[in-house]
Amino acid sequence: MPDAPTLAKLIFGRLTLESFPIHEPILVVTFAVVVLGGIGVVAALTYYRLWGYLWREWFTSVDHKKIGIMYMVLGLIMLLRGFADAIMMRLQQAMAFNGSEGYLNAQHYDQIFTAHGVIMIFFVAMPLVTGLMNYVIPLQIGARDVSFPFLNNFSFWMTAGGAVLVMMSLFVGEFAKTGWLAYPPLSGIGYSPGVGVDYYIWALQVAGIGTTLSGINLICTIVKMRAPGMTMMKMPVFTWTSLCTNVLIVASFPVLTALLVLLALDRYVGTNFFTNDFGGNAMMYVNLVWIWGHPEVYILILPAFGIFSEVVSTFSGKRLFGYTSMVYATVVITILSYMVWLHHFFTMGSGASVNSFFGITTMIISIPTGAKMFNWLFTMYRGRIRMELPMMWTMAFMLTFVIGGMTGVLLAVPPADFVLHNSLFLVAHFHNVIIGGVLYGLFAGIVYWWPKAFGYKLDEFWGKISFWFWTIGFWLAFMPLYALGLMGVTRRMRVFDDPSLQIWFVIAAIGAGMILIGIVAFLVQIGVSVWRREQLKETTGDPWNGRTLEWATSSPPPAYNFAFTPVIRDNDAWADMKNNHYQRPLEGFREIHMPRNTPTGIILAGLSVALGFTLVWYMWLAAAFLFASIIAVSIAHTFNYARDYYIPLEEVVATEEARTKLLSTARA
Amino acid sequence: MRYLRLLALLPIAAVLGGCNFVVMAPAGDIAARQRDLILISTGLMLLIIIPVMIVTVLFAWRYRQANKSARYEPDWDHSTHLELVIWAAPLLIIICLGAITWMGTHLLDPYRKLDRIAAGRPVTAETKPLDVQVVALDWKWLFIYPEYGIATVNELAAPVDRPIQFRITSSGVMNSFYIPALAGQIYAMAGMQTRMHAVINYPGDYIGFSANYSGAGFSNMRFGFKGLDQAGFDAWVEENRKTGSRLDRAAYLELERPTEKVPVKRYAEVEPQLFSMVLNMCVEPGKMCMSEMMAIDARGGLGLAGIANTLPLAHDKYARRGTALGPMPSYVASVCTIGEAVAMTKPARERRLVDPSPVRGIGLASPSISPRLPSALGQIFGQRQPSNT
Repeated sequence: MPDAPTLAKLIFGRLTLESFPIHEPILVVTFAVVVLGGIGVVAALTYYRLWGYLWREWFTSVDHKKIGIMYMVLGLIMLLRGFADAIMMRLQQAMAFNGSEGYLNAQHYDQIFTAHGVIMIFFVAMPLVTGLMNYVIPLQIGARDVSFPFLNNFSFWMTAGGAVLVMMSLFVGEFAKTGWLAYPPLSGIGYSPGVGVDYYIWALQVAGIGTTLSGINLICTIVKMRAPGMTMMKMPVFTWTSLCTNVLIVASFPVLTALLVLLALDRYVGTNFFTNDFGGNAMMYVNLVWIWGHPEVYILILPAFGIFSEVVSTFSGKRLFGYTSMVYATVVITILSYMVWLHHFFTMGSGASVNSFFGITTMIISIPTGAKMFNWLFTMYRGRIRMELPMMWTMAFMLTFVIGGMTGVLLAVPPADFVLHNSLFLVAHFHNVIIGGVLYGLFAGIVYWWPKAFGYKLDEFWGKISFWFWTIGFWLAFMPLYALGLMGVTRRMRVFDDPSLQIWFVIAAIGAGMILIGIVAFLVQIGVSVWRREQLKETTGDPWNGRTLEWATSSPPPAYNFAFTPVIRDNDAWADMKNNHYQRPLEGFREIHMPRNTPTGIILAGLSVALGFTLVWYMWLAAAFLFASIIAVSIAHTFNYARDYYIPLEEVVATEEARTKLLSTARA
Repeated sequence: MRYLRLLALLPIAAVLGGCNFVVMAPAGDIAARQRDLILISTGLMLLIIIPVMIVTVLFAWRYRQANKSARYEPDWDHSTHLELVIWAAPLLIIICLGAITWMGTHLLDPYRKLDRIAAGRPVTAETKPLDVQVVALDWKWLFIYPEYGIATVNELAAPVDRPIQFRITSSGVMNSFYIPALAGQIYAMAGMQTRMHAVINYPGDYIGFSANYSGAGFSNMRFGFKGLDQAGFDAWVEENRKTGSRLDRAAYLELERPTEKVPVKRYAEVEPQLFSMVLNMCVEPGKMCMSEMMAIDARGGLGLAGIANTLPLAHDKYARRGTALGPMPSYVASVCTIGEAVAMTKPARERRLVDPSPVRGIGLASPSISPRLPSALGQIFGQRQPSNT
């Protein structure tokens, strides 16, 4: 029976002083560190008077390059949070033997592994992938921006908004204790009455809107904004894989959104979609979540495949072998990724025919993937391979990913899955493909395109340290998990009673420690590179002897990317231009029509975060007000007619002359 | 130097030696065949994986920039023959693997009755499988042996070489029933029954557990599985009969409450149909079983009257009940006598859909202002009692 209405309940909902986890010492210390760090950052920004600059040039910017960089910053910050969770789990599992409870209680530990999964997928991998696509695609196809620049800014802030909600759950209330996919009935109101699952729902809803919109945006950009002459089969492979990824996003994220709406209805208004009683069925949730979830992993890996294709071809000094088969392989993977979702729950009791159908479709995906692997190999064949950092990451990927692929196909054999499902073998498998595939790809991409974005290369020494710690740390951290899976050890365990297992967890923890050093070295690499940016300076705009169009413009590119839209004759457009002694036009410039910055994106996303927060805490009055505000701001934005401006001719000429000068000094 | 190398290998050997790779060396025929499938598939895939890894390293070395003697063909980017090979090679492997998968999945389907106890030992017609009903509770396992009328918590036993037939369900959240030494796992879900057939070939003490995260007590949701010879099993049954208590509905509801690290409990007697009641979620007296509900629905349901055949839910496994904006929590009440059912459905039948008069009857109140006000609205507009009877 609900209590009588009180003013406090109407305003604060179920938020009370007890909602703040002050009894958890780990959280209190974390909170103190975050607050101190936050105060430091705010103070520094204020001291150096950077607020106005940030607001004008970054937060409200609709420039795809700046938005891309902001995505990357978001992804890297969240990587630190997600990795902190990972190392806490590794420590707990390495300690909790022989009757020891470790240092985390179930309440805390269960939140940590849930948060680790959610953050790493939604707020690390997704922003990093989207960030790279955002930055690179318009440059690769010779466009000045994406199709819908304001939407792009809005998408970014929605993604960031979701991340903010997850971070808030750390200090206000709790996060879900359900595992990263929140299977009901455990995630239903009966078994998870707290705010954790509600944070999960609203964080993913807010971020999901951003992801879907950015998918639509990038599809439009690739389909409609390619430079003249760039037919579909002349697009760079990264653009191709990005196109497929965004098709996957647009086709699968609405499923997640709808699913979370259903779960929210179950939790808020007492419907019975996924409950045990009244005809609800949790199996429906499991099916729907994987109809989104399986394409999701291809959403992450396809752009990484694209990055590797660019890198292998550039650093082998050679055209990509089998471009056409590469494109078809990508498309086949895209289609097949919708036909395999059931392999995530062979053990739910489907019949043998259903299980073997989905097992075999899963195996079929390994055919185009294998073809890709061979295409990269034959791109290296008869090349001149420069073993620079991006190529090193690619080599590490090729040697790591095949193992992950193999264990993946193994798990697709239903009887094998019956003994390995939900085990640490499975955990090792998907980290094997996500770290060895997606993350290595992102690192290759970051090192590869960094000079384009900032005008100087990344420091090689620290990059190599990061590379070696990452790769060795990865093998140390995850090979023991494969072994543990074969010993029948299941995932998400907090304490163990078999002392003979401990040594493996200790090795895995050491591996995680090495990865930590790898991450720190990566941050040091960025810091050192910023410090030494004059020595590492790159003036040509083409530091790697690149082959695609983004290397044709300056580093960093001007706001308008290309003063003249290039004309494309070959799929390695820039290599073709260089071979034919391309002359950069020096006159005939015109003023350039560009989209204008707007604060609407960040305002709408801020209101959405607040709306999510009020819904989590049942603050109905505030929620109604915020919802109305979102509608009002959206309508008001349609009356904003000052959406574009022209870069004056003098500015274009000045920018291009500066580049001419820089190029001549580079040549001299 | 050589000794030093051997010394360096020692800890690895020690680590491997002390471990029990139970998935690779199980004690049950089904698990052993699942293991064989793992080995065959891995072998098949290594046929292509190992050459690829070697060639990767080889190419990276041979065509390194410093090696000017290697051929360099920057524009060579297509070869139909090579393309054929690189698509065909994985395709052939997958065709083999697909065939094995199709057969293996059907042969090792957990729902399929065993046709052999071990290689060369077929199941005979007179073999009677051991029936075990499994209920995943928060956070322990209940095993009911209908053949013997006994039940245990967190301890399972079976005679060696006798096929076991599991029927599995859960009282609330999803779990996965897994004994690595015996056979692969299968989910345990509330209101649903999954099945599994398996056999244990070697006597011994094994471990079983939930392989699907199910909440705070999940880590300790483990049980012992004893493979016993026939005499040992009979003695085990006898021990249960001697030392156990009675498991009736009340005892089950008490047992069902969330507890962790539960020691082994034995029941000498089990209320008949208890598993069926758990499966149909009607152990609580007065609650309609899902099987009844479905039977009624299959005959057309109780009509409009049926929607009011609910009682307010005052107690369940967890403290919190109901949603913020939804109706008060309730459950479907059982219909005990024909008279009761007729009395309940009568007003709706008389009323039809054109009857404008307010609906009255057992469990029905005036529909104009529903008593099932959403509770948040209730907070604002004042509280009303939920209706029942």
